[in-house]
Amino acid sequence: MSKKVLVLAETREGALRNVSFEAIAAAKQVSDGGEVVAVLLGDAVSEFGAELINYGADRVVTVEHPHLKHYTSDGYGQALMAVVEQESPEALVFGHTAVGKDLSPKIATKLQSGLISDVTAIEGEGDDAVFVRPIFSGKAFEKVKNKDGLLFFTVRPNNIAPLAKEERSGDVSSLSVDITNLRTIIKNVVRKSAEGVDLSEAKVIIAGGRGVKSADGFAPLQELANLLGGAVGASRGACDADYVDYSLQIGQTGKVVTPDLYIAAGISGAIQHLAGMSNSKVIVAINKDPEANIFKVADYGIVGDLFEVIPMLTEEFKKVM
Amino acid sequence: MNIYVLVKRTFDTEEKIVVSGGKIQEDGAEFIINPYDEYAIEEAITVRDEHGGEVTVVTMGGEEAEKQLRTALAMGADKAVLINTEDDLEEMDQFTSAYILAEYLKDKEPDLILTGNVAIDGGSGQVGPRVADLLGINYVTTITDLKIEGSTVTIVRDIEGDAEELETSLPLLVTAQQGLNEPRYPSLPGIMKAKKKPLEELELDDLDIEEDDVEAKTETIEVYLPPKKAAGRVLEGDLTNQVSELVSLLRNEAKVI
Repeated sequence: MSKKVLVLAETREGALRNVSFEAIAAAKQVSDGGEVVAVLLGDAVSEFGAELINYGADRVVTVEHPHLKHYTSDGYGQALMAVVEQESPEALVFGHTAVGKDLSPKIATKLQSGLISDVTAIEGEGDDAVFVRPIFSGKAFEKVKNKDGLLFFTVRPNNIAPLAKEERSGDVSSLSVDITNLRTIIKNVVRKSAEGVDLSEAKVIIAGGRGVKSADGFAPLQELANLLGGAVGASRGACDADYVDYSLQIGQTGKVVTPDLYIAAGISGAIQHLAGMSNSKVIVAINKDPEANIFKVADYGIVGDLFEVIPMLTEEFKKVM
Repeated sequence: MNIYVLVKRTFDTEEKIVVSGGKIQEDGAEFIINPYDEYAIEEAITVRDEHGGEVTVVTMGGEEAEKQLRTALAMGADKAVLINTEDDLEEMDQFTSAYILAEYLKDKEPDLILTGNVAIDGGSGQVGPRVADLLGINYVTTITDLKIEGSTVTIVRDIEGDAEELETSLPLLVTAQQGLNEPRYPSLPGIMKAKKKPLEELELDDLDIEEDDVEAKTETIEVYLPPKKAAGRVLEGDLTNQVSELVSLLRNEAKVI
C-alpha cells in the first residue's frame, strides 16, 4: 500500500544537510509510490524548498516563525505536529542528528507510535521494509520491523545514498503556526567543532589517540583533515588525557562514525574504540607498535611514528590533489 | 528536591558480543550500569547534596538488575526501585519502557529526572524524552553542565560538538552526556550502607498496567554480527615509498579520495 511520507529536512550553517537528502531517498523507498513531503522549520527557510524537490521530494511545507530560529523541542514539536495534522502522513523520517534524536521521541510519543532510531540500511520496499540498525555501538546489528501503526524512523548520516539531483518541479507551501509557551530559552551557541565539519557527517576522519601525546600534537592531524575536507576525532585515551574535548571522542561511549576513510593515528585499538569506527568503509592505521590491535581492523597499515607519517601523507596528498 | 534517576543494566563495554540461536548470549557476560546513566546518578547526588532532597534510582528488568541498583545506592542514592517485567513481558520496545516508567512516575511529583542520553546496548536514546513527554514536563538532552538556582535551571548541552547554553525551569528531565561530571566509585562504607537502603520491587500489576497497554510497536526479527573484515595490508619498505603507496591505494584501489 502506498504511503504518504513526511521528511524533516534540516539546515546547518546556511545550507541543507546531506542527511536530509538521504532521508528523502529512504522515504521514497518506503513510500511505495506515495507522496514524499519534506518539512522545513526555521525563521527563514523557504529558499531551500526547491533544492529538496530536486533531490526527490514531491512537495515541501515550510513553517517560518521567529521562535524557530533555534531548535527547541517545544517550538519544533508544535510546528511539526501542526504539519502532521495538516498532512496526515503514514510514515515519518528524520535524520539521526542532534535535532532528530531530540525531537523524534517526543513526536513518536504524541503519535503513540514506535520509532526505529539510527537506521543504517533499509531492506525491501513499502510495507515489507526491514530496517537495519547497529546495536552495542556497532558490535552487532539488528533488523527491525514496524508492527503497529504509523512508521517512524531516523537515518544515520552517511549511510543511505541520496537520489541523484535533477531539475524537478513541485509545490513549496508555507503553513502558519502559532508557536507559544517555549519552556527552553536558548542563550548562546559556542562553536567548538573546528572548521565546521561535523564528525557524524564527515567523509574523512583523522583520529588521534594517546600516541599523539599532547593537544599540540593534534595540529598535524587537523592539517591533514582540512586538506581532505574531513574532521578530527579522538580515542577515549586522548580525551581523558585532555588533549581534545570529549565531543571528539569516538567509541562505545562517544560517537559512532562510518566515514569513507578513517585514519587512526597513535590509537592502539581498544574494543570500545573499535565499536565506534570499525564499520568505516576504509580504515588506515598508523602506529609505532606493529602488534597494536588497530591493525586487525585496518585495510592498510603503516608501522611508524605518526609525527613522521602524517606530515608526509599531507605533503603526498598535496602533490596529487 | 525530589530527584529520580532512570538507569539501565547493560553489558560491560569490554564484552565481545556473541550471537547464538538468533539471540545475544548473556551467559558469563559482565554487566554494569549503562555508563551514561552513571553520569546521571553522579549529577543527581551532587544536586541533592547542594539543594537537599532525595535521590531514587529506578530500573526495569529482572531480579539480576538489583546488583546495579545496589551499586547506585552505594554511590549515594537514597532509594531504589526495580520494576520487574520478567514474568509479564516478552517483547518490549522503547514505547513499552517509556510507558511503564511514566506510569510509575506520574504520581511521584518529581522535580528533576535524570538519565543517560543513550544506552550503550540498544542505542536509541528515546526513553528519556518519551517519559518527559508522557509526564508533560520539559526535557533537555545531552547535557554537559547543570546549575539550579531557585526554579531556574541553566544548562549547557552538547549539540554535535558545539555547546548550547540555555535556560529552563523545574520540573525537568535531562539526559547526561559524557563530560557532565566524573562519576565516583562506591566507597566501602557506601557499599555497607547500601545494603540497608530501601529497594522496592514492583510488577506491572502494582502499577495497574495491562500487558495490552504496553505492547511493543516495533519488533526485532534478527540479530547478527557484522561480517569479519579480511586482514588488512601492512605496507613495507622505505617510509617515503609506503606513504606514496598508501596515497595511491586510497585513490586508485579503495577510491575514497
